[in-house]
Amino acid sequence: MADHTPPGRTPLVLAGVALTIAIVAPLLVSTYAKQDPELWGIPFFFWYQFLLVLVSVVLTSFAYFLVIGHERRRRAAAGLSDDKDGGTR
Amino acid sequence: MNDVDPVALTVFLFFFLLVTVMGFLAARWRKVGSLDTLDEWGLGGRSFGTFIAWFLIGGDIYTAYTFIAVPATLYAGSVTGFFAVPYTIILYPIIFIFLPRLWSVSHRRSYVTPADFVQGRFDSKTLALAIAFTGILATLPYIALQLVGIQAVLDVMGLGGGEDASWFRKDLPLFIAFALLAAYTFSSGLRAPALIAFVKDTLIYLVIIVAVIYLPTQLGGWSGIFDSAEKAFTSFNTENADAIAAGEASGKGLIPGMGVSQWAYASLSLGSALALFMYPHSVTAVLSTKNRNIIRRNAALLPAYSFLLGLLALLGIAAIAAGIQVKNPQLAIPQLFEQEFSPWFAGVAFAAIAIGAFVPAAIMSIAAANLWTRNVYKAYITPAATDAQESRQSKFASLLVKFGALIFVLALPKDFAINLQLLGGIWILQTLPAIVIGLYTRWLHRYALLAGWAVGMIWGTFAAYNKEVVGDPGSHFGGSVGPFEVFGIDISENLIYFGITALLLNLLVAVIGTFVCQAFDIGAGTDETRPGDYLADAGDPQVADELDPIATPKG
Repeated sequence: MADHTPPGRTPLVLAGVALTIAIVAPLLVSTYAKQDPELWGIPFFFWYQFLLVLVSVVLTSFAYFLVIGHERRRRAAAGLSDDKDGGTR
Repeated sequence: MNDVDPVALTVFLFFFLLVTVMGFLAARWRKVGSLDTLDEWGLGGRSFGTFIAWFLIGGDIYTAYTFIAVPATLYAGSVTGFFAVPYTIILYPIIFIFLPRLWSVSHRRSYVTPADFVQGRFDSKTLALAIAFTGILATLPYIALQLVGIQAVLDVMGLGGGEDASWFRKDLPLFIAFALLAAYTFSSGLRAPALIAFVKDTLIYLVIIVAVIYLPTQLGGWSGIFDSAEKAFTSFNTENADAIAAGEASGKGLIPGMGVSQWAYASLSLGSALALFMYPHSVTAVLSTKNRNIIRRNAALLPAYSFLLGLLALLGIAAIAAGIQVKNPQLAIPQLFEQEFSPWFAGVAFAAIAIGAFVPAAIMSIAAANLWTRNVYKAYITPAATDAQESRQSKFASLLVKFGALIFVLALPKDFAINLQLLGGIWILQTLPAIVIGLYTRWLHRYALLAGWAVGMIWGTFAAYNKEVVGDPGSHFGGSVGPFEVFGIDISENLIYFGITALLLNLLVAVIGTFVCQAFDIGAGTDETRPGDYLADAGDPQVADELDPIATPKG
């Protein structure tokens, strides 16, 4: 039988932390506004921000799975229908 | 002026005709009912899934103007030019946090525009009108700039006729392209840009990937490209050392130095990211999705475009290495494609940029039209309007908006559109307290929000107007950042985006105003939304509020 107790807030807090990192890291310009180390001749300033794009994808996806899991349990506890087809179309 | 290359022109026309046909056929695509309601015409039936939404939101954010302007700023040696990348990085976590709530409440209460939400939440037609007015005002120059993007491409292709051609020869191609766009948006609504967005993105990805792999092999690799850009900037700075020291010219560079320009870089990123999803066209794209999680899923998938945008920005530096010499930096990228690619591929690249203008221009005109219909026409002129009347209003308003933008570009100096777009970002940020904070709490009073909005709008407009162009005392609209200073009080030397400073003032006034309104016991109106609305998903029963165990308490 499915667990019908309302979920705790821990997943939401973790997701919030992940999203906050994704927002704050690009704003700390002084941490990456420099020339070296270069990568394939590209200054650190530029390639680091490309790296940040990828890091942000990982963090946002992490938050997504946490929030979705939490929402499923919340909705199950409230007796609501699930997002069945996943909205992938 | 360039000669017209027949191969490039043929390829360009092929893709142009392709999207025109698709635009008209889109009326039948995924059609359920008639297009005679605003939900169907203006929101694509609120039916789009993850895949379509990805293209549609991507088409919204990464526009032709972005493709032209972002590399152009790097080409011109602005150290803050690359801010578009961190801006689109922090945009998605922000979307992830706020927009599902807006989606849910709009779905439950049948809101079509952000101003609809403000009206329902704060029970103030005036505040809703202010939000709608700001949205339309900020969107118009944005559409106009898409035309500037198309113009740059047409110029380089030799269709623009150059500086001294007659206005007829110069503007006719643009006019035809826009008339067709207006016609199929009129008949197909939001489905047209959604369908065309597939073509646009396929072409853009193809062009960028080829450019990023192929161009460095021609220009001595990335190290060669960055070396020659650095040399070019250093020699410019040496030659103009006296003027730069005297503040009559701006130095050029690649990386923002310590202190002030880094603050500019960060505050521009944050301000632009906060502004973007309050633009009516972003909200339109988000509300067209069919359930709550699609937005969150897209927040994790959309950064693929940020990567693309970063690569594209680097092409601005590649253009320096390729020896592109243009007076107008906005022509740098089209010129680079023309010079380095074979004619047929240059044609593909030009088509990609031009179609990249059609998608956002269509969505923006639909969004502005919806604001007009819902928050002016229905709110003030014909309160009893039927669904069919609403959709008819919107269709005609979308035509009007597009031709307004066209006249804007053709009749007024190009700088005017660019300056207004700069202002648009500052203006739209002033709707944040009502929309975003309103999603969480109703504590801020409706009249305090209105006062805060007015102060932010006026301060931001004056700040941008009074900013002088470097080396031209007494001129206006010289940029969007300035020292952190309000009403003569210096707070910091660091350069801050005017939009952010105006927003802080706006919030300050809203908070103080709320205390004043509470002290005088001024009515706060009735909230028609309920806590459960903000967490609702498609297909939920209307009684979900009572069943919802962790519903947010009313603020």
